[in-house]
Formats: sequence, C-alpha cells, structure tokens
Amino acid sequence: MQLTRERLLDAYRKMRTIRSFEEKLQELVLAGKMAGFLHLYAGEEAVAVGVCAHLGARDWVASTHRGHGHCIAKGVGVAGMMAELFGRRTGVCKGKGGSMHIADMDAGMLGANGIVGAGIPLATGAALTAKLKKTGGVGVAFFGDGASNQGQFHESLNMAQNWKLPALYVVENNGWGEFTPTEFVVPVSDIAERARSYAMHAAIADGMDFFDVFEKAGEAIERARRGDGPTLLECKTYRFSGHYVGDTLAYRPKEEAEAWKQRRDPLERFERRAVEAGLVDADDLRAIDGEVAAQLDAAVRAAEAAPLPDVADVLTDVYVSG
Amino acid sequence: MPRILSTGQAINEALAIAMESDPDVILLGEDVAGGGAREAEGTDEMGGVLGTTKGLVKRFPERVLDTPISEMGILGTAVGAAATGLRPVAELMFIDFLGVCLDPLLNQAAKLRYMFGGKARVPLTVRTVCGAGMRAAAQHSQSLYWMTAGIPGLKTVIPSNPADAKGLLLAAIRDDDPVVFCEAKGVLMQRGDVPEGDYTLPIGQAKVVRAGGDVTLVGFGATVAVALAAADALAQDGTQAEVLDLRSLAPLDEAAILGSLEKTGRLVVVDESTPRCGIASDVAALCVDKGFDFLNAPVRRVTAPHTPVPFAAILEDAFRPDAAKVVAAVREMG
Repeated sequence: MQLTRERLLDAYRKMRTIRSFEEKLQELVLAGKMAGFLHLYAGEEAVAVGVCAHLGARDWVASTHRGHGHCIAKGVGVAGMMAELFGRRTGVCKGKGGSMHIADMDAGMLGANGIVGAGIPLATGAALTAKLKKTGGVGVAFFGDGASNQGQFHESLNMAQNWKLPALYVVENNGWGEFTPTEFVVPVSDIAERARSYAMHAAIADGMDFFDVFEKAGEAIERARRGDGPTLLECKTYRFSGHYVGDTLAYRPKEEAEAWKQRRDPLERFERRAVEAGLVDADDLRAIDGEVAAQLDAAVRAAEAAPLPDVADVLTDVYVSG
Repeated sequence: MPRILSTGQAINEALAIAMESDPDVILLGEDVAGGGAREAEGTDEMGGVLGTTKGLVKRFPERVLDTPISEMGILGTAVGAAATGLRPVAELMFIDFLGVCLDPLLNQAAKLRYMFGGKARVPLTVRTVCGAGMRAAAQHSQSLYWMTAGIPGLKTVIPSNPADAKGLLLAAIRDDDPVVFCEAKGVLMQRGDVPEGDYTLPIGQAKVVRAGGDVTLVGFGATVAVALAAADALAQDGTQAEVLDLRSLAPLDEAAILGSLEKTGRLVVVDESTPRCGIASDVAALCVDKGFDFLNAPVRRVTAPHTPVPFAAILEDAFRPDAAKVVAAVREMG
C-alpha cells in the first residue's frame, strides 16, 4: 500500500488523537472528574496506527486493557468513546463497558479486554470466520508482552497456524508487564522467537516508528489475505505512563522513561521523517493538532452534558432473547 | 411408527440438520472428525470420544474441525467466530474441563453483549458431557452445570431424553445467545422415539412429564428418570407424584415450578450434582421466596454428597441420587 500524503496525514491525525485523548483522560481522572481503571496507550501510537492503516470494514481487531489506541486507530469515534468513559448513556457501549471493555462492533473492534490474553483467541475466531466465509478479511490481535505468557496466546497461535488462518498477532512489547520488567518473566530475548514453536512466520518492528510498523504489518497482512497464514509481529515499544492512571511508577527508573520520550517519541519521529522527506508540511500537522484538541474539548463538553444511563438499563443487553 | 434412537444419535441428527439448514454452523472440538475424511489411509472417523459426531465430517468436510487439545483455544476461538458471523458448536468433551477454559465463557461469551451496550451477538453453542455413572471418577464425572447456569449472559439446557435432546440442541444452535448444552451420561445412552425432521423446543420451558397431585419431583437431565422411577414406587402406596423436567437451567422456568408446587404443596428436587450453591438450592430458594404460601412441608433436596465423584462402583452408586433416596425424602416429609 502506498503512503500518499492523504494517508500520512490521516495516520498522524490518529496518532495525535490517541496521544491527546490519553493526556486528556489523565487530567480528567486526576481532577476527579472521571472514574474507572484506566490504562493509557501514550507512547505506543505507532503500533496501533501502523497496523490499522492496512485494515478496513471487513477486518477485525481485538484489544487489551490498554485499548483506547486500538479503538481510535480502527475508526471508533472519540465522542462516543469519551461519553463511554464518563459513563454516559451516549457512550459507545451505553456506559456499560467503560475503559477496559470499550468496543464498537460496527467499526470491527472486538473490544478492549480486562483479561490479559483473552483478545487473542477472539481475533483468531474472527480470522476463522473470515476464512470460512471467504470475506477476504483478517483478524488482528493486539496484546502485550505479558500476554505472551498466557495459555490463550500459545493455544491460539498453534490453532491459527494449523488452520493457516488469516490472522495477525501483534505483540506490543513495551518492556513492562504491569510493574515487572519483561526480561524477568520472558526468557527469550525477542518474543517473536515464540513463533518458531508453531512454525509461524514472524517479524520484528520498531514500535516507535510508524513507517517500520506500517511496512512489516503490511507484509504480514498481505500474506494473511493471500492465504499464506498468520504472522507474529513483535513491535518494540514503550509505555510512556504507568500501568494505570495513578500508578506511582516507583518501580521504573525515571531516566529510562525520559530517554524514550526524548529520543523516540513516535509522533516526533513521524514528523521529522515525513517533513524532512517533503511528504507533508509541518503546518499541516500543526493544523491537525489544533483540530484534534478542539475535537477532544468538544467531546468532553458533550460527554459531561450527556444524560446518565437509565437505571432500568442495568437489566438490558444481557441476552438477545429470553 | 416410533423411530427409536439413542440420545447420541438424536444429537447427531440435530447437528446434521443445523449444518444442512445454515452454512454458518460449524462444529469444532477434539476429535469431532477424528480420522474422518482420511479413508484413503484406511482409517475411519471416530466422531468424538463417544462417537456422537460420527458421519458429519463426510457431509460437511469444511465445517467439522478437529482441534488440538486446547480447550481454552477452542472456546475462545469459537466466541470470536460467533461474534463475527459464524454460528459455532464447540465441543467441550467433558464439562470437568471447564477448569482449563472458563474465561472464554465467563468473561467473554457471557459478557460481550452487555459490555458492548448490546452491539454484540454471540450465537455459540457449547456441547459438553456431564454427570456420573460411567466409572470415570472425579475428573470426568462432574455435573458442573450450576457454574454456567450461575453466569448472567449464558443459557444452560440439559435434555432428559433423545427427542428433547434433538429439539433443544436445534434451539440452542439457532439461539443468538451463548448456550451450554449438557449431555448427561445417563441420558446419552438412553433410547427413545425421536420425531423426524426439523423441530425445536423452546429454551426456558420446563415440562410436566408425569402428572400427580401429592408431591412435585423436580428433575433434569439424568435425574428425570430417577424421579420417574421414584414416582412409580410412590404410586404403589398411593402417593401420586408429579414429575417436572426442567429442561432448561438458565433461564429457569419459575412459573412451572411454582405452578406445580401450588398444586401439590410439597416439592423434592433431584440433582446429580453436589449440594452447595447449585440448582437444587436455587429451586429450594425459589420455593421459599415465591412459593412459601404453597408449602405444606419443607422443600427437600436429593443431591450427591459434598464430595468428589468416586471411582469404585459401590462408591459411585452410593454417590448418585437414586429412586430410593427420593422415595425416602418424600416419606420423611410426612
């Protein structure tokens, strides 16, 4: 897929939206205006956006507890997301999901997931649907380094390879599983190596570089659509904030985070490369920054003004019938 | 003209009808084909460990999928497939294996629709064998339907005979919610008249299988036969028992239970599972909550004891509810 100027601007807009959305949530929670367990995606924007740039309406993604970025990258509207996080009736899940279960089936987004690793078989199932119904679609699972220690990861990869499913497994290795460094709990140096156990194709991308993720994900997705089976794509990335909003970060050296933020911020790197190559103008990006900020301010105002769910709705949406 | 089939054959027939009538229905599980579609190698299919799915892979080669022994992967993949457009029937060989794969049912299938504000549909059926009686001991004999029946968002059904098995399975597969379909071992071996063709039974409706005015015996799955045998014995000394087959554990047909209790004033519930936090306790609680004024005697529960399922025949037989225990419970009510 060619990265036209239009596509680049769209990718930047999505990355900026994710970053600003997460910064806004942090403010709102710390100001006591928003409740819930929130896990922020800031720092990892290039992964979600680099992968989802290849996806369309026939494709599905399954996500994690750190799922806002995947929603935005897959095209879920921020107004509905913000209303959801405020627990409003106008929320994309009518205020029943919240941050850890935010989803939009209409956008091919199978949900954030409060259970580490549980989105992986859901995406595998979506890939099975795509294969049997011959939709040409792919199922994409985003998950963290921690989830690669779960049985659901291993069982899913094994099944997907047996069945040559059109699936992509994107491990976002951000170096930390909650408060524990990845190398303490993952004995292989690259999680991509785990694909070898399942004779699965694997690739490693710089998860702080949109262009690298875009290229590697594109190859993998093309492979899947061709019928050549799944790929495990490891994106080396970094979680700019703590595990959750309110995390004291006592376990992580300050210098480490600063170094990543200063040298490898995915938005800054995108801008440098795209502007230096003459693909986009810095002015275009600044204009997008302003539009995104205004859009999010409007989303917050609308969410704050939106009606609360009806108490009777605690009983609805449990079953389709009966 | 009766058409006598085993419950296993009736289930097989329901699966074939479901797959024939809807191209989105798939069957996946361990050995559901099992050697099928490889006849060139001189093999024949097994159709699962109890042979229930035999013959299906030949008719639907692309839709009967053998899986690795990965129950969490099977159920998790089936949930994802159900949410995205297929109508999978996943086989969990024995309900005891819920121990390694509860998450896809508990936290995914049961909750996606609710968490997503009504946008998701998970038309998944999980077929699973439960119950004691085959000398399979503690890890292959449990009756854990109380676990799935206790999870909002799931439905749980359990037929007591071949004809109901066919109709309930077709209803489960065509239901847009996740349904756990329990195949009690005591019922799988049963034979009985099974109507031809395509029919469904409504999920959530119990059935009076024997009418009587003196006491209500509530059974489901394998304990319906136990209750009927007890009713025969009680009739000999003039006690007319009404036997109610729940057929569905979630939703529970409260009106049918309370209606029979209103008529008889006395109720015994027979459950082959253990006594704590189970279906029998639920039925007893319902009678107290909503049927207290109908009660002429305390509700009695006849269940297995609060132990694992033992192996030796004499122990397993002692573990299971039987007609004598039900009769004794009725007599003790006075």
